[in-house]
Amino acid sequence: MPVKIVDNDPEQARRFRELAMPHLDDVYTLARYLLRDAADADDAVQECYLRALKHFHSYRGPAIKPWLFAILRNVCRAEFARRAGAPSTGADPLPEDSDQAPMWHEDQDTPEAEIVKQHDSGTIRRLIDTLAEPFRETFVLREIENLSYREIADVAEVPVGTVMSRLARARAMLRSAWLAEQEKSK
Amino acid sequence: MTCEDAEILLHALIDGELDASHVREVEAHLASCAKCAVLARDYREMKKAMAGGGLRYTAPVELRRRIEASLPQAAVPTRRAVLKGFAFGSAVSAIAATGLVAIVLRSDDAARIQTELVSAHLRSLQAGHLTDVISTDQHTVKPWFNGKLDVSPPVIDLTAQGFTLIGGRLDYVDARAIGAVVYRRRQHVINLFVAQTASTERRAARVDMVQGFNIRHWSDRGLNYWAVSDLAKDELAEFGDKFEGAMKSGTAG
Repeated sequence: MPVKIVDNDPEQARRFRELAMPHLDDVYTLARYLLRDAADADDAVQECYLRALKHFHSYRGPAIKPWLFAILRNVCRAEFARRAGAPSTGADPLPEDSDQAPMWHEDQDTPEAEIVKQHDSGTIRRLIDTLAEPFRETFVLREIENLSYREIADVAEVPVGTVMSRLARARAMLRSAWLAEQEKSK
Repeated sequence: MTCEDAEILLHALIDGELDASHVREVEAHLASCAKCAVLARDYREMKKAMAGGGLRYTAPVELRRRIEASLPQAAVPTRRAVLKGFAFGSAVSAIAATGLVAIVLRSDDAARIQTELVSAHLRSLQAGHLTDVISTDQHTVKPWFNGKLDVSPPVIDLTAQGFTLIGGRLDYVDARAIGAVVYRRRQHVINLFVAQTASTERRAARVDMVQGFNIRHWSDRGLNYWAVSDLAKDELAEFGDKFEGAMKSGTAG
């Protein structure tokens, strides 16, 4: 399908502005967590909005936020590929059952007495950043961007079951990291 | 239910994604399994710690500008038509570029801005969108705006007068960054939008109703103000009077 250029359609541009601009902080937040770099996030978000405008005529709703996220995700894939110095394959860089990923193994035997305590935002961000990519993505979409499981599945192009298992892994890893951080600050 | 199942499903329980029959099953398991109960408790605690927006990032103003600049300017034709009459040449483009809103606007533009203000007000009422900086202290809210806008919105604590300052926010109206100072009266939110105007003349307030919301608009000392709320007209007028009164007596933070 040929890409329709919307530059000359002020009505469409106005609609795009009204729908997409209020989510700039959401998109930027996701970019920061996916790329873990402020400058790269800037570039990715700008590219995301350019692409979104270009393809806005194909947007059918209902929610624009997941639609923007899906575009951002594709932009970030390209950035990952550039970092890796290889062409993008569009595949997950990390298989679901990979052993190499988690820095934190899931600790099943944390004593009951150990209760998670509150950390400040900076510490929590740092802990989230240590999660491996597919887990971090799912976790941020759920916990920070407040997407439903169904929406996350659409954005990440995986079945809902995968979203659930990734989220469980992500929270388990984060909990271990969380407790380890508490241990450190004792 | 096995622990293996529960370890997946308890997340759906916490996230409110589980259907009623499974909710009962998972809760029954948690009641009988100490290990899973600990996990559920910890995950809830973590979730609580992460709620409230502290983990979100705010897009840099420069990035916002760049993206805005790359969008086709839907509003430009009408405004250009208005500006043509002034024949300022390049000076006009310079003024248009510095964000002087609403002084040479035709009434249909003014109506469009009112609609945008109501949209911004409605957006702000969605969960987590009301404030970028949360504080009842005017000396916290005011400096927060520094560097984010080309104007410095006056922030006045009107708590004693019955309007509680709850924070500030950067918003977008008429394709430009605009400051919003947020107040609350009982359950009603008031967004006070502040933007620069070229005129330093004082313009008396008028109240319009747009889509069921009252907008009280006035100008003073080079700033345009729009107070938007679902408050009744007389109460919003009271807010404006108190605000302008405090400005006159110089209690702005």
